[in-house]
Amino acid sequence: MNSRRLRVTLAAGGFAVLLIAGMLASALLGQLAVTPGEVFGALLHGLGVPNAWAPADPLIESTLWVVRFPRLVMAMAVGAALATAGAVMQAIFGNPLAEPGVVGVSAGAALGAAAGIVVGADAWGEWAIASLAFVGGLLATLLVYFVARANGRAEVVTLLLTGIAVNAFAGAGLAFLIFAADAASREQIVFWQLGSLSGSLWSETGLVVVVTVLGVVASAMLARRFDLLALGERNARHLGIDVERLRIGSIVIVAVLTAAGVAFVGIIAFVGLVVPHLVRMLVGPGHRALIPLSALGGAVLLVLADLLARTIVSGAELPIGMLTSLVGGPFFFILLWRQRRRSGGWA
Amino acid sequence: MTINGTGVLFAEAVGLTLDGRVVLDDVTLDVRAGEVLSLVGPNGAGKSSLLSVLSGERTASSGRVRLGERDIASYSAVQLARRRAVLTQENALSFPFRVSEVVEMGRSPWARTPDFERDEGAIISAVARADVSKLLDRRFTELSGGERARVSLARVLAQDTPIVFLDEPTAALDLRHQEDVLRIARGLAAAGRAVVIVLHDLSLAAAAADRVALLRAGRLEAVGAPAEVMRAELLSDIYELPVDVVELDGRVLVVPKR
Repeated sequence: MNSRRLRVTLAAGGFAVLLIAGMLASALLGQLAVTPGEVFGALLHGLGVPNAWAPADPLIESTLWVVRFPRLVMAMAVGAALATAGAVMQAIFGNPLAEPGVVGVSAGAALGAAAGIVVGADAWGEWAIASLAFVGGLLATLLVYFVARANGRAEVVTLLLTGIAVNAFAGAGLAFLIFAADAASREQIVFWQLGSLSGSLWSETGLVVVVTVLGVVASAMLARRFDLLALGERNARHLGIDVERLRIGSIVIVAVLTAAGVAFVGIIAFVGLVVPHLVRMLVGPGHRALIPLSALGGAVLLVLADLLARTIVSGAELPIGMLTSLVGGPFFFILLWRQRRRSGGWA
Repeated sequence: MTINGTGVLFAEAVGLTLDGRVVLDDVTLDVRAGEVLSLVGPNGAGKSSLLSVLSGERTASSGRVRLGERDIASYSAVQLARRRAVLTQENALSFPFRVSEVVEMGRSPWARTPDFERDEGAIISAVARADVSKLLDRRFTELSGGERARVSLARVLAQDTPIVFLDEPTAALDLRHQEDVLRIARGLAAAGRAVVIVLHDLSLAAAAADRVALLRAGRLEAVGAPAEVMRAELLSDIYELPVDVVELDGRVLVVPKR
């Protein structure tokens, strides 16, 4: 009992330290050198407190407030959204390999967003493309959910095959849109497929933060029910869970969170797979700890990954989606291999 | 407090049709407090279907099931979970929870009720009765089939409901733990609970039950005290296998003729 609580506290503390370190490094490092004092000063200044540390050079101040800070906040929100979406998805699929990128929800959301770009949906309003991403993600989640599950669980093979089919279809849709689009839209869509946090605006970041917070809070409120779902749908129902409502609510949460993660920065895969898995290794599978810690861990992972993406090659920026897939792909493979060995086949 | 022997759950002319196949046909049966009711019959006779209709998991296609004064369909999932617990044959767990966490899950219907305070007592008692105290720190997913069955039983006992359904609770258990299950079922009945148990082993069913309900092809063939229902010619007819019913020190044993 107590040792479990201690582990949760340690994990939360560790993630918090990493997050703060990552945030600081992200503010300091880059093509323009900034000192810690200048970051502190610019922060205070931006909040309306005049102070002596504020950078004398307006370029530094604007670099921080216009480029680095919104990007940093976007990284945290997207990481938290994707990791939480992964944890919720694994709970309702009863399978630790479910993840928005793997099963095609991210691709569905990207397809919705890309369709929006091609038809010029941004003229309909600021939220139009994000909303289309949500619709695409929701449709993909529903499709995967109803195709891949049998008796309340999604077997690994069915889940992955369904993911392949959904990803293939969404990929074809994206390819068609690239073919049909003009040069500017085409560039935007390609950017989506790679995933990048560069050029995050405060207006976009604000929206993603609000949606992410709502999604994470809603997921955390369902945590106890997700625990019971691990017993299988029948047993969960016998324990008083309204499984149908939980299902539908969770699908909407997954679609909302994935759309928040995809709508502005494109497909960043494997965050929802790697983070909940690591958290489970640290504190066990209980969702009351798993969901908030996944949100925190997701924020850490993307802040660090983005820092790496924009500093590893000087003068150039790697697509962050490529970076997470580079790490996540082998990780996924190891999980698959272990699960296969344990169950003695493709169960 | 319900007086022992009074009916708490009633199947009234229940019929169930699944995919156009009649699974239950005109079953009328009551479940009584302070009593163990065994459901027996050949494979496919409808034992598990009857259990699922009685527990409110499935809705009867015709007739109705009444829990207390009301139709069972009028209860919400949580309301039902506070009145009846069900041990299913499903013992899979999607994530490696510890045994202690799995047993605690049995208390979840009581969250945010005054009964929540009895949690610890209910869990300790359930763990002792199902003999799983040595397993508490293990991960459920690492346990053997029999150990899993006992942990699931502990979870069901922790739910602490007036009505308890056990669907083949002895299937994966060794001789000693089979006897434990019988003792637990008898103990629940002695404490005024209503117990409905599906068993394949007719001798076990006879030993466990106050009443036995014998099913054939979805119809209730006989219901009554074990000695009344467990008659050699009736069982031979229903199981399509000649059997002997012998009595040994007051216990009814059913053995196939060989």
